[in-house]
Amino acid sequence: MMEWFDSWGLTVIVFLPLLGALVMGFIPSGNEDGLKRTALVASGLAFLASIYLVLQFDFGASGYNQYQFEVTETWIGAINASYHLGVDGISLPLLVLSTFIVVLSVIYSWNHWDEPYNPKAFLILMMILATGMNGTFVALDLVLFFIFFEVVLLPMYFMIGIWGDKTPRRIPGFRKEYETRLYAAIKFFLFTLFGSAFMLLGFLALYFESGDVSGVRTFDIPTLTELGATGAFTDPTFAFLVFGALFLGFAVKVPMWPLHTWLPDAHTAAPTVGSVLLAAILLKLGSYGFVRISLPILPDEAMSWAPAIAILAVIGIIYGSLACLAQTDMKRLIAFSSVGHMGFVMLGIATLTDVGINAAIIGMVAHGLITGLLFFLAGSMSHRYHTREMSRLGGNIKLLPIIGGILAFTAMASLGLPGLAGFWGEFMSLVGSYNPLSGLPLGVFRTSMVLGAVGTVLTAGYMLWMLQRVNLGEPSAEWTDHDLGDADRYELASWVPLIVLIVVIGLYPRLVFNSTTEAVTSMVEMVFGS
Amino acid sequence: MTLTQFLVIGAALFALGVYGLLVRRNLVLILLSVELMLAAVNINLVAFEAFLVTTQAIGQVFAIFVITVAAAEVGIGLAIVLMIFRNRRSANVDDLSLMRW
Amino acid sequence: MVTAMVMAVAEGVVQAGDGGFFADTAGIMLILPFVAFALIMTVGKRLPYHGGEIAVAALAVNTVWATVLFVMNMTGGVLDQTTFEIGSIGSGLVFELGWVVDGLSIMMYFLVNFVGLVVFVYALGYMHGDRRLEWFFAAFSLFAGSMLVLVGAPNLIQLIIGWEGVGLASYFLIGFYWEDLDNVRAGNKAFLTNKVGDVGLILGAILVGVSLGTFDLAELGAAAAAHDEALGAVAVAGGLLLFFGAMGKSAQFPLHIWLPDAMAGPTPVSALMHAATMVTAGVYLMARVFPLFEYLAADTRQLMVVIGAITLLGIGLLALVVDDIKRVLAFSTVSQLGYMMTAVAAGGYTAGLFHLFTHAFFKALLFLGAGSVIHAVHSNNMSDMGGLRKEMPTTYWTFVVGSLALAGIFPLAGFWSKDEILATLGQEGYITVMWVAVAGAFVTAFYMARCIALTFHGTYKGHGHPHESPPIMTRPLVALAIPSALFGLLNIPGVSLPGIGSFTEWLAVREVVMGDHHAEAIDFGLAAIGLAAALAGLALGWLVYGKDAVTQMERDRFQVPLLYPLLRRKYYVDDLALGVVGATTGPLARFVNWTNNYVIDGVINIVGGAVKWLGGLVYNGLDQRGVDGVFNGLSAMTDGAGSVLRRWQTGRVQQYASAFVAGAIILVVLFVFVV
Repeated sequence: MMEWFDSWGLTVIVFLPLLGALVMGFIPSGNEDGLKRTALVASGLAFLASIYLVLQFDFGASGYNQYQFEVTETWIGAINASYHLGVDGISLPLLVLSTFIVVLSVIYSWNHWDEPYNPKAFLILMMILATGMNGTFVALDLVLFFIFFEVVLLPMYFMIGIWGDKTPRRIPGFRKEYETRLYAAIKFFLFTLFGSAFMLLGFLALYFESGDVSGVRTFDIPTLTELGATGAFTDPTFAFLVFGALFLGFAVKVPMWPLHTWLPDAHTAAPTVGSVLLAAILLKLGSYGFVRISLPILPDEAMSWAPAIAILAVIGIIYGSLACLAQTDMKRLIAFSSVGHMGFVMLGIATLTDVGINAAIIGMVAHGLITGLLFFLAGSMSHRYHTREMSRLGGNIKLLPIIGGILAFTAMASLGLPGLAGFWGEFMSLVGSYNPLSGLPLGVFRTSMVLGAVGTVLTAGYMLWMLQRVNLGEPSAEWTDHDLGDADRYELASWVPLIVLIVVIGLYPRLVFNSTTEAVTSMVEMVFGS
Repeated sequence: MTLTQFLVIGAALFALGVYGLLVRRNLVLILLSVELMLAAVNINLVAFEAFLVTTQAIGQVFAIFVITVAAAEVGIGLAIVLMIFRNRRSANVDDLSLMRW
Repeated sequence: MVTAMVMAVAEGVVQAGDGGFFADTAGIMLILPFVAFALIMTVGKRLPYHGGEIAVAALAVNTVWATVLFVMNMTGGVLDQTTFEIGSIGSGLVFELGWVVDGLSIMMYFLVNFVGLVVFVYALGYMHGDRRLEWFFAAFSLFAGSMLVLVGAPNLIQLIIGWEGVGLASYFLIGFYWEDLDNVRAGNKAFLTNKVGDVGLILGAILVGVSLGTFDLAELGAAAAAHDEALGAVAVAGGLLLFFGAMGKSAQFPLHIWLPDAMAGPTPVSALMHAATMVTAGVYLMARVFPLFEYLAADTRQLMVVIGAITLLGIGLLALVVDDIKRVLAFSTVSQLGYMMTAVAAGGYTAGLFHLFTHAFFKALLFLGAGSVIHAVHSNNMSDMGGLRKEMPTTYWTFVVGSLALAGIFPLAGFWSKDEILATLGQEGYITVMWVAVAGAFVTAFYMARCIALTFHGTYKGHGHPHESPPIMTRPLVALAIPSALFGLLNIPGVSLPGIGSFTEWLAVREVVMGDHHAEAIDFGLAAIGLAAALAGLALGWLVYGKDAVTQMERDRFQVPLLYPLLRRKYYVDDLALGVVGATTGPLARFVNWTNNYVIDGVINIVGGAVKWLGGLVYNGLDQRGVDGVFNGLSAMTDGAGSVLRRWQTGRVQQYASAFVAGAIILVVLFVFVV
C-alpha cells in the first residue's frame, strides 16, 4: 500500500476528480443528491489523499530538484515526453490548497446555483477543472504541464459563459451590446490562450535546444533545471526569447500589469464558485510557473528580467489599489484587489532571493484563502441582494450579522493585517526587495519596496472604504421588508475552515514555511549561487 | 501523327469542358462537362505514353484509373443531383447557393 | 539652575533575577484577553453582563500577574525572555512570538492591566443597556490582548502584530456606533493615518532587522550599544522611519489629526485606548529601541525633539477653544504625548516613561470623569453642562485631582513627571524646547481650569436633572485618583525609596545598558518655574472662566469683543494682561485650529480626493479606454475584416469555379511566359 502510494498517490490526487466526473456522467441529471455526493466524495478523497501525502512527505529531503512521490512512465516516446509527476516543498502547499478549495466549493455549491441551474454540468466542469489545477502543480514534464495548464481553460470558459452574469454591456469598439458573461468568457479564453501559445513556443524551444546542448531532446523539468543550472541555456538571444515567451504565458495568468484586463471582467461575470476557483487557484498557476520553470531553467535571463518584473509588479500594486478606489461594483473591487496582491507575489519572485520566493508562496496561499473567501462572501451577498452595486448596499452587518462579520474579518485579512495570513507575503516580499539578489539593481528594488509599502496604505484605504459602503451605516430602505436570511450551514461549512486557516497561518506561518523554505533556499543557492 | 495534334485535341476538349462547367446552369450538364475535361486528360495521358514513354504503359493505367474514378464520381454526383432535384424541384445551380455565410 | 548630571543608569550588566514562575508564565497575560474575546463572541449574548464579566475577569487575573511582577521588579529586578519560533526562512530569518519580562515591559503590563481593569469595570456601568454590548467587550478585550502583545514583544515582528492589532481594535471601537457614517469615517481616518505611520514602522523594521539579521529587540539594543557597523549604516534612516511609525500611533504633529476625531468612540474607549495606553505605544516603541538612538542615531534627536515640541504646545492650544469636553481632553492627550516624545527623543528615557506612567492614570481618570458627566447630562458639550459639582461630588473631586495632576501641581503625580522632563531638556541643552515645555505647562493648566469651570461651576445649562453616577462608575474614579495623586512620589530625583528603590531603577532593568539621561537631584529652580507656569495657567483660567459661566460660554465663542467687559470690571492692569493673553491665545489657538482643520486636514482631504480622482482617471481613462481599448480595438478590427471578407463567399459554385480557372490561367501565364 505504502509503496504503491509513493508512486501513484499523485496520480490518484490528480485524476480522482476526473473519475468523479466520469461517474457523474452516468448519473441522470434528475438525481441531484447523487451528483453532489459523487462530487463531494471525489474531491474529498482527493483532499484526504493530499493530506495523507503531507503526512508522508519527508520535509527533510526537500532540496533543490528533489521531488517526492515521483512517477515516470513513457508517454509519447516519439518526442520523449513522459508522464512525470512529482511534488516538492514548493508545490506541496499549492497542491493542498487546490484540493482543499475544490472541496469547499463543492460544499458551497450544495444549495447555491446560478442560472441556468444544471448542477450536473456544473459539477462535472468543476471536477475537470480540479484535475487540471492539481495536475499543473505536480506535472514535471513540460508537455504534461502544458496540457494540464490548458485543461483548466475550457471548464472555466464554460462556467463563465453559461452560468455567468447576463447583464448586457456595451463594449467600447463594438457596435452591439453583448452579455457580460460572453464578453468576459471570450476575453478570458483569448488572453490566456494568447499567453499559452507563446508559452508552448518557449517549451518547444527548450526541447530542441536541450537536444543541441546535451544530445537528448527532453521536456523533463528536472533535467532541464539541471541543464539550466549548468549554464546550458545562456545564449543571449535564445534565452531572451524563451524567457519572454514563458513570461507572456505566465504573466497573463498571474495576471501582471498590463496584461490584467481580463481578470476584472472574468471575475465579475463568473458565477460565485467560478470566481473563487479563479482567484484562489488559477491565478497561482502563473506565479507557480515562474518559480517552477522560468527561474531555475533560465537563471541568468531571470536576473536580467527581474528589475522589469519588479517594476511591473509595483505598478500592479499601486494601479490595482487605485482602480479599486474607483469601483462601484463590489465583486469588481475584489477582483482588482487581486491585481495588487499578486503584485506583491511577483515582487517577491522578482527579488530572486529565498526570502522573496518564500514570501511569494505564502502570499499565494494566503491570497487563495483570503480572496477565495471574499468571493464566496460577495457571491452570497449578491445572491441575497440581487445586486453588487455598493451604493445600494450598506448596513449589511445589521441585516446579515454573520456574513457582515466575516466580511469585516476577511477585509482586514486582505489588507495584510499582521497576525493574519496576508501579512507574511506582503511583509516578506518587502524584506526581500530591500535586499534582492546581489547583482540586481538595488535602487529599483528599494524604490519598489517603498512604493509597495505605500501600496499597503492604499489597500487599507479601499478595503475600509468598501466596508464603510457595504457593511456599515444604516441599511437602505429597499431591504427593510426583505427576509434576506443570514449564512446557512453549507456556507458556514465552507467558510469556517478558511477563516481558521487564515488565523492559523497568520500566527504560525511555519505551516507553509516548513514545507517551502528548504526547497526554495537550496534552489536559490544552486541556481543563483547566493 | 504527331504528339501536338493529340495535345491540341485534348486542349480543345478541355476548353469545351471548362466552358460548359462555367456557363451551363443545369447540374447534369455541368457533370457532363466535368466528364469532358476528364476525357481530355485521358487523351493527354495516353498520348504522352504513346509518344514519350514506351515500355511500362503508365499512361494507359492512369487513364483506366481516371475512367474508374470518373464512373464512381458520376454515380455519386448523379445521385446527389437526383436528391437535390427531388427536394427542391430544380437542378439549377443558381438556386443552390445555401453554403455561404 | 540646570544640573548637568548625565549618568548612565547602570554601568555593566543589570542585577536582576529571572522572575521564576511568574515570568515564565507571563505569557498568560498576552493570551487571556484573546480567550476572553473568543468566549464573549460565542457565549457573551447569554450572560447577564453580555460578556463584560468575562472581560473583567480576564483582566483581573492579568492584573494579579502584573502586580506580582511589578513588585518583584521593585524589590530585585526581573529580567527574562521567552520565545517560540513560528517560522523561519533558510537564510537566517527567524520569526518568533513570546514575551519579554523586564523593567519596561513590566511597567507597561501593570499599566495596561490595572488601568484596563478599572476602565472595564467602569464600562460595565457606563455602557449598561447600550446596544451590542458583547461586541463592545469583545473588541475591548481584543485591544487589551493586542496591547499586551505589543508591550511584551521580544521582537519587531510581534511588536508590529500588536501594533496593528490595537489599531484594528481602535478602528472597531471608534466606529462602534457604525449606524452613523461619521463615526465610521472617524474610524477610517484613525486607521489610515496610523497606516501611514505604519509604513515607517514596517520599513524601519525591515531596514534595522535585515541589516542586523534579526528582528530581536534585545539583540538590536546590544548591537547598538556595541556600535555595530551594519546597524550603524542604517541607524539614522531606520531610526527616523521607526520614529515616523511612532508619530502615527502617538499622534505627533502632523499625524495627530486622527486622535480628536477618535473621540467618536464610547468614553471608556477614549479613556483606555486614546488616552492611557494605545496612543503611548509610539513612546513605548521609542523607549524600546532607545539604545539605537542613544548610541547610533543621535543625529535624529534634534528633529524628533522639535516635532515633540510643536506637538506639545501647538496642539495643547487647541484645547482652549473646543466645547466638546472629550475633545478638550483629546487635545490635551496629544499635547502630553508631545511631552513624552520630546523627553524620550532628548534622551530622557526615564523622564518620558515616567510621564507616560503618571499620565495614564490621571488622563484615564479625567476621561472617566468626563464620561460620568456625559452619562449624567447626555451631551458632550460643556455648553450643556455647568454647576455639576453639587450634583456629582465624587466625579467633581476626582476630576479636580486629575486636572491638578495633569496641570502639574505639587505634589500630585504630574508635577514630578513634568518636572523631570523639564530637567532633562534643560540638562541636555534643549533650552528653547524647555521653555516651550514650560509654556505648554501653562497652557495645560489654563485649559483644565477652563474645563473644570465650564463643567462643574456656574449654573447648569442642560436638560433634565443630572445625578451622580452609580458606584460602579464612581469607584473606578477613586481607584484612579489615588495613583494620580501619589505615584509621583515613586520617582523623586535622587531619592531611592527604602527597599524598593525608584521608578528610574525599575525601568533600568533591561538587557542593554541604557545610557539614560536623567536628573540626579531635584532642581528646585526649574521645579519652581514649572510649578509657577502651571499655577499661573490655573489662575488665569480660573479668572477667565471661573465666574458666571453662562456668559463665559458666550465669551468662548466670541473671544475678542466680549473679553472687554470683563477687563473693565476687574483690575485694569490685570484685565489688560488678561486681555492680551485672551486676544493672543484665542486667535492663535483658532489659527492653529484652522490650520489643523483646513491646512493639514485639507491636505489630507485633497490627497485623498486626488488619489480617488487619479483612481478614476487610471480606471476610466487609462484602463478602460487605453489598455483595454487596445485589446478591444484589435478584436473589433478582426470583426470588421471578417464582415468585408465574407462577401466573397457567395455560395455560387460557378463563381468559385471561375475564380479557380482564372487562377489556373494566371499561373499558366506566369509559368509559361514569365518564369
